Amino acid sequence: MSGMPLLSLAIWVPIGFGALVLATGSDRNAPLARMLALLGAVAGLVVTIPLYTNFDLATPAMQFVELKNWIPRFNINYHLGVDGISMLFVILNSFITIIVVLAGWQVIGSKVAQYNAAFLIMSGLMNGIFASLDGILFYVFFEASLIPLYLIIGVWGGPRRVYAAFKFFLFTLMGSLLFMISLIYLYVESGSFSILDWHRMPLGMVQQMWIFLALLVAFAVKVPMWPVHTWLPDAHVEAPTGGSIVLAAIALKLGAYGFLRFSLPIAPDASQQLSGFIVALSLIAVVYIGFVALVQADMKKLVAYSSIAHMGFVTLGFFMFGGIGKEGSLGVGSTLGMEGAIVQMISHGFVAAAMFFCIGVMYDRVHSRLIADYGGVVNTMPKFAAFFMLFAMANAGLPATSGFVGEFMVILAAVKFNFWVAVAAATTMILGAAYTLWMYKRVVFGAVGNHHVAELTDINAREFFILVLLALGALGMGLYPQPFTEVMHSSVNELLRHVAVSKIL
Amino acid sequence: MEMQKLYLLVPLAPLLGAAIAGLFCRIIPRWVAHTATIAGVAIAFVASLVIFRDVAAGNTFNGPVYQWLTSGDYKFEVGFLIDQLTVTMMMVVTFVSLMVHIYTIGYMHDDPGYNRFFSYIALFTFSMLMLVMSNNFMQLFFGWEAVGLVSYLLIGFWYTRPTAIFANMKAFLVNRVGDFGFVLGIGLVLAHFGSLDYKTVFAQAPSLAEATITLYGGAGWGTVSLMSATCILLFIGAMGKSAQVPLHVWLPDSMEGPTPISALIHAATMVTAGIFMVARMSPLFELSDTALSFVIIIGAITALFMGLLGIIQNDIKRVVAYSTLSQLGYMTVALGASAYSVAIFHLMTHAFFKALLFLGAGSVIIGMHHDQDIRNMGGLRKYMPVTWLTSLIGSLALIGTPFFSGFYSKDSIIEAVSVSHIAGSGFAYFSVMAGVFITAFYSFRMYFLVFHGEERFGLAHHGHEAASHGKVEDAHADAHDGDHDDEEVAPDHHHGLAPGQKPHETPWVVTLPLVLLAIPSVVIGYFAIEPMLFGDFFKGAILINHEAHPGMEELAQEFHGAFAMAAHAFGSPVFWLAIGGVVVSWFFYLKRPDIPAAIKAACGPIYTVLENKYYFDKFNELVVAGGARLLGKGLWRGGDAGVIDGLFVGGAVRVVNGVAVIARLFQSGHIYHYAFTMIFGVCALLSFWLLRA
Repeated sequence: MSGMPLLSLAIWVPIGFGALVLATGSDRNAPLARMLALLGAVAGLVVTIPLYTNFDLATPAMQFVELKNWIPRFNINYHLGVDGISMLFVILNSFITIIVVLAGWQVIGSKVAQYNAAFLIMSGLMNGIFASLDGILFYVFFEASLIPLYLIIGVWGGPRRVYAAFKFFLFTLMGSLLFMISLIYLYVESGSFSILDWHRMPLGMVQQMWIFLALLVAFAVKVPMWPVHTWLPDAHVEAPTGGSIVLAAIALKLGAYGFLRFSLPIAPDASQQLSGFIVALSLIAVVYIGFVALVQADMKKLVAYSSIAHMGFVTLGFFMFGGIGKEGSLGVGSTLGMEGAIVQMISHGFVAAAMFFCIGVMYDRVHSRLIADYGGVVNTMPKFAAFFMLFAMANAGLPATSGFVGEFMVILAAVKFNFWVAVAAATTMILGAAYTLWMYKRVVFGAVGNHHVAELTDINAREFFILVLLALGALGMGLYPQPFTEVMHSSVNELLRHVAVSKIL
Repeated sequence: MEMQKLYLLVPLAPLLGAAIAGLFCRIIPRWVAHTATIAGVAIAFVASLVIFRDVAAGNTFNGPVYQWLTSGDYKFEVGFLIDQLTVTMMMVVTFVSLMVHIYTIGYMHDDPGYNRFFSYIALFTFSMLMLVMSNNFMQLFFGWEAVGLVSYLLIGFWYTRPTAIFANMKAFLVNRVGDFGFVLGIGLVLAHFGSLDYKTVFAQAPSLAEATITLYGGAGWGTVSLMSATCILLFIGAMGKSAQVPLHVWLPDSMEGPTPISALIHAATMVTAGIFMVARMSPLFELSDTALSFVIIIGAITALFMGLLGIIQNDIKRVVAYSTLSQLGYMTVALGASAYSVAIFHLMTHAFFKALLFLGAGSVIIGMHHDQDIRNMGGLRKYMPVTWLTSLIGSLALIGTPFFSGFYSKDSIIEAVSVSHIAGSGFAYFSVMAGVFITAFYSFRMYFLVFHGEERFGLAHHGHEAASHGKVEDAHADAHDGDHDDEEVAPDHHHGLAPGQKPHETPWVVTLPLVLLAIPSVVIGYFAIEPMLFGDFFKGAILINHEAHPGMEELAQEFHGAFAMAAHAFGSPVFWLAIGGVVVSWFFYLKRPDIPAAIKAACGPIYTVLENKYYFDKFNELVVAGGARLLGKGLWRGGDAGVIDGLFVGGAVRVVNGVAVIARLFQSGHIYHYAFTMIFGVCALLSFWLLRA
């Protein structure tokens, strides 16, 4: 197995299948396009499995490394490799690709080949982002992945899709430009585009500050952090179900991943200096967005806002340095908080994907996302209601679901960091339950609300299968998170060691 | 090794039953669902008995089942702690659950959600067992939330009723407020003890007794005792689950659920989880008098004021619900007085007699064809003899009649409070004494109105409108229509008896559990008091700092056997208070029904306050829920749409737009404009260069 370029396969298998699917052309060949797409998605997941099974838990070093010259003149390399953090996201992404291909199976009727190809190509590009160890390679994947998502929203989206697609594109592009400048600066300073070289490169405080802030803009938009989050609800509302799933499950993780791969290890002193600021923004995301989510009338907007609040937990977990207790000395980040944040990212991949899929299931039948257009769905769709309940509870962070694990770890770490930070973070226990269950009550419970609800048919075998897959993810991770966290231990410790050592000469 | 397999079997057997009944609820016939779940719970009960014998022989256990998560220095495990406290809870939970399972066959006989209901109650049994058997805070929290989830599902079991789905969301959210404190308490434990394992934490507790944490600023007011903060935060969790003021508001509304779960979850087991938790944490609570004072005061308020509300309820289930609140207050008071074993003792006796009373009420409801208004009943004694007798036993146990189980536990609480020196124990003593009278009064008010007196059922157009003394209440009920919980049942469930129809005794599956619960309600106190309170039974499980809190030792010195205790009680003021309550209610409701009506008219304002349950619901709905919605709207419209999108995003668009508008002026498309601009530009540049030179 070790001879296989697994990461290249993880990137190029979906892209290759995407090209094949594209080649089937018009909608006359739609069934073929779907089958090929599913085959490609499954193949894409299969090639990532050895990444987990052959993973060496003991080392924090990059594994499955591939290194080839790409543009020697600028010392740019095709340099791939994963650690215990990025490996999980490669697998998650490949898993989610199967979900989206299945989710659009009967629903997308026009431009089927193009739709599926866009998702497959995006899947490969996203894997490329998580596997890149070269700054330029990362940047190329990072930007290229915007295009399919932009198209998915702009072509297959709702009535205001063009507005939403533009807003999404411009917001993220704004950050990307600053990101590019940082990359070039780092190259000029180090003579290399290798991310691992940058981790080791000494940098003065002023330079670190500028780099940190430039990267912050780029990544904060992607996460999204308050106050650059307003593109997300619009993008979700207009995106087709599959687009929302990928957006929530994977695209949002790119920003957070950027913090782990770039901001924290490259500018550790600046990260510590500005950690209070990031913690404050994260808490605003948790509390402020929690209240905003409460009053949404549109289900997709509500879940989009809840995603922002959940991602607030992620950035909170990353930046809780110092604190008191055993780990004592200032500057050592909290392992518990950091791992909790990463767990939260993966969990959110399952749960948000499932929430958007559930809304999609109802939307396909009633063609409305408004809470007021529903009521009493359980009467006509009992099987669906049971699944939706499970995911609503996961969204509210109930123990035994994956939603609980990350939240619990971050809250516990926060108590150690600062009691009042923990108090603010723990409000999510109330707010998260309030907005999720209030929505569930109005949509699912009650007497049959109108004739649309009365005519609903329960989920079919395809939808059932998708929901089972996601439920297994959410429950499995909630009941036994150890397999997820044990692979990340050495990488997280290595990262925290990087953050702890000052780079100022 | 053998015993460890048995430990696993106890929670897993009901879980398997729940899975069979739940996953295949649309395919399997009803008998499969109830057989599978009853078998699961019966296995759990028998296994618990075996474990009890083993523990009584001195074999306790503390160990992991599997490692859930490791992170940094922290280990989180799923594991069991099997000691005397655990095994007591296991027996209570599995026994009451088994009774309720059997009873449900009769109660839910006509319900289309039969299989689903069995799945839920078996799942509840699993969750509750995981809670009590846990050996660490993480799993405790898992069980804590899981029972909350099942409670949510069961309160909203009849999901088409607006009141039910309002009540279940309310229950979940109020509990979440408690959990908010609970999780912070757990966080403090992890941060300062470095572990969530009970044993490790308790072992370190004495060394951290004087530790402080800084909440803000430097020294002084910002510094509080670690132990007090931790215990109070943990207790806030208990206040949610065990429905202590002001987080009690969900429990009366939970009566929207089917009666069997009111008995199982909202009387006997889940609501006592908070009591159990504090008893389990006794090594921590013993180190903070501040926390104990907090506990005893909250408990005393609940015991007294919730009892008062029981007096004016007319829904048979709500009377029992307020009585449960009041009794939970008693248990909490016992905890505050460092009488943990007494609290657990009362928890146990209460589980039996309160489950009995609830199931009896359910039997009455079946007999009355789902009319729950006690004003429409009366004289049921004749028609429902088994229900009558068992309900009488339950009521006698509840009010603390000597020799009944409730007497031993309640009297011990009162004794423990009387010798406690903790701040707030004076008020608590008054509350529990007054509570004796109040409990006797409302219990027998219900008893007399239901089982004695004239038969008020089967009248044409019966119901509140026609009831002679219902007028005043209805005026209030109408005035507070937004209150959601004024009326007990939705119209489709409000059948009642047709004119001339008589109530009937319920089938054996309903009455058998009543009889089986009546037996321990009478005798368990007599047999259990000595070992549980004064013997060594809880020695390893509950820790009391006898130097600081000598109450239990004083009680032990005064105790001369269960028989002597009951025999002495006949002369005590507690006994006469209870007798007084019974006599007054007999006089008011059987002899002179005009007196309560007159009192009601005379005490208008007080009555209004009680009718509105001290305005807790109003406050929560208007200020808390309304405020949250208003804040959300404000942040959304003002913050997101107004400032961020309007000012910044829109502002950026306007700037770009403004620049473009000016730039556009130069793009007119007329050649002469461009020519002019070019000439002007050439002139300007030329003059600039020439002048510079």
